[in-house]
Amino acid sequence: MSSETEELESLANQEYKYGFVTDIEADALPPGLDEGTVRAISAIKKEPAFMTEWRLKSYKKWLKMEEPKWPKVEYPEIDFQDMVYYSAPKTTPKYESLDEVDPELLKTYKKLGIPLEEQKILAGVAVDAVFDSVSVATTFKEKLSELGIIFCPISEALQNHPDLVKKYLGSVVPATDNFYAALNSAVFSDGSFVYVPKGVRCPMELSTYFRINAQNTGQFERTLIVADEGSYVSYLEGCTAPQRDENQLHAAVVELIALKDAEIKYSTVQNWYPGDENGKGGIYNFVTKRGICHENAKISWTQVETGSAITWKYPSVILKGDNSIGEFYSVAMTNNYQQADTGTKMIHIGKNTKSNIVSKGISAGKSNNSYRGLVKVMKSAENARNFSQCDSLLIGDKCGAHTFPYIEVNNTSGKVEHEATTSKIGEDQIFYCNQRGLDTEQAVSLIVNGYCKEVFRELPMEFAIEAQNLLSISLEGSVG
Amino acid sequence: MLEVKDLKASIAGKEILRGINLSIKPGEVHAIMGPNGSGKSTLANVLSGREEYEVTAGSVSYFGDDLLEFAPEERAQKGIFLAFQYPVEIPGVSNVYFLRTALNEIRKANGEEEIDAAAFLKMIRKKMELVEMEKALLNRSVNEGFSGGEKKRNEIFQMAVLEPKLAILDETDSGLDIDALRVVADGVNTLKSKENATIVVTHYQRLLDYIIPDFVHVLYKGQIVKSGGKELAFELEEKGYDWLK
Repeated sequence: MSSETEELESLANQEYKYGFVTDIEADALPPGLDEGTVRAISAIKKEPAFMTEWRLKSYKKWLKMEEPKWPKVEYPEIDFQDMVYYSAPKTTPKYESLDEVDPELLKTYKKLGIPLEEQKILAGVAVDAVFDSVSVATTFKEKLSELGIIFCPISEALQNHPDLVKKYLGSVVPATDNFYAALNSAVFSDGSFVYVPKGVRCPMELSTYFRINAQNTGQFERTLIVADEGSYVSYLEGCTAPQRDENQLHAAVVELIALKDAEIKYSTVQNWYPGDENGKGGIYNFVTKRGICHENAKISWTQVETGSAITWKYPSVILKGDNSIGEFYSVAMTNNYQQADTGTKMIHIGKNTKSNIVSKGISAGKSNNSYRGLVKVMKSAENARNFSQCDSLLIGDKCGAHTFPYIEVNNTSGKVEHEATTSKIGEDQIFYCNQRGLDTEQAVSLIVNGYCKEVFRELPMEFAIEAQNLLSISLEGSVG
Repeated sequence: MLEVKDLKASIAGKEILRGINLSIKPGEVHAIMGPNGSGKSTLANVLSGREEYEVTAGSVSYFGDDLLEFAPEERAQKGIFLAFQYPVEIPGVSNVYFLRTALNEIRKANGEEEIDAAAFLKMIRKKMELVEMEKALLNRSVNEGFSGGEKKRNEIFQMAVLEPKLAILDETDSGLDIDALRVVADGVNTLKSKENATIVVTHYQRLLDYIIPDFVHVLYKGQIVKSGGKELAFELEEKGYDWLK
């Protein structure tokens, strides 16, 4: 165990090896949204005609839709005409050296164990010539292209692989799916595209983490991952470092397609600005994530959510093919005035389909944390199996934890199990740790990390330790 | 090393300790005996700094310092170890990870370097033999799903690793069968040295067949009503507590 931990730590402390940059240059559009805005975004990106049409169709559908009101979150009304829907990525660094950066921010980076060069990138400091990320990116891309793997911004994919994008975009999350998905489909700025060819096992974790311009892909990110028959890919999204953004609303869409015998592992660490301790500011994160499994395919979602003022997110799996497997592992931590309404949907269509849900909610401060999940077994899904475990941990007595499990079973051979627990960190647990020499903050962090272990062990190694550190930092000040 | 003077403490407004006097020197083993509700566990908890207990009067000096000024973790770092009557479960945290974190915190607080993984593993292997602990328990979550005997053994194992200056065993014998009792006692006896001291809190004389005390104190209604040598324990076994009331 301890040697394993050592290994994890050393891995987590390595510098990140991958990254890529893109060249998009255009001016910002004026605030507001109409057909012209949608056409303009498409034109700036020199998109093929089908894409412009698709965006416009989505826009028209969006106009007829209403914001969902069912999540257990509260926020002031959003003025969609007051937002800027396209602005060019900033290419000039904000600072000349780390000395100019907010020392508090640097302290957090240090606690997370983020390498110095990377800290500079995250904080927007000019990067030394020694650290040539372009050349790193090039070797990385070469290695992937040898295997026929495509990993590029979706805007680039629309230029170079329009047929692939056309075939799969919107196939799992149709533009009409929900209000925010429709909005995203109309105005998405950029995002990632991955295609792994038949029988290929992607040899490295694909990561958006280190993309220098990732911060600037904007508030409407679009990700499309296609794993062809018998292939495997693991994809990491997000960053443990605190992400600040001037855009308050983020409405991303992620679609995963796992063809026959393929496997996709999608891991997220989300740490966007949650607002201050009084609940001011902070990002609204309204995300639609869904995957589809064909025969014998498998999709695993793992997420560690500690940021954002409001999180509204349900990574889901449609188990279409026989014998396919869907998994959802989640840690959602809320503190101060944060609100999270998150969970998953597992739709069993094929025979012998299996799904596994492990959700760990942690609420502290005055926050509200809800698990909302749907397990649906269709008539066709003979012998479907689901196991759900939803645990809530409360820290203090001003926070809330809620569980909304929805179960629909239309086939009598199905077996659906749901377990839910709510617990508090006990005084006796804390005193036990105190008595062994740990202070209370360490004790809480240790107890919480233990509670989340089932989810953390699903994370790729380089993410796991950082995620633990992140949780400890998010917990700071929540006890005492 | 420990001077307790006229110590009074209460919980939720109810006075439990009503003037305790106790003096402990390095190398000594003290047994605190007494009927249920006499304040034995309260004394153990007050010495280790449990917050629910309020000290209302008196003083505790530990190596010349005012012990009551220190937070529970500081007391632990200064070498006070409480073997819990009811060891607490921490799900998802492996025993070995917990112990290494504890040891390193104590080392750091004493200006020592953190122990590396290899040295730590080597060290705990030895200590495990001492308390005949199964290796499998190391990687299991702290006390989770442990039997009563395994939990108590785990407490003594932690004690062996952390090498406290003052160990307080709170009813460590309760719920143990005779074999487990022997193992726990062997562990305590092996760890005994000229530099450290032990307080054995117990209801029964049974444990004292294995851990021979230098002093026996009888606690009754929050006060030490009688102190003596190890023969006092036998007398209590024979006559019960009634004759002291």
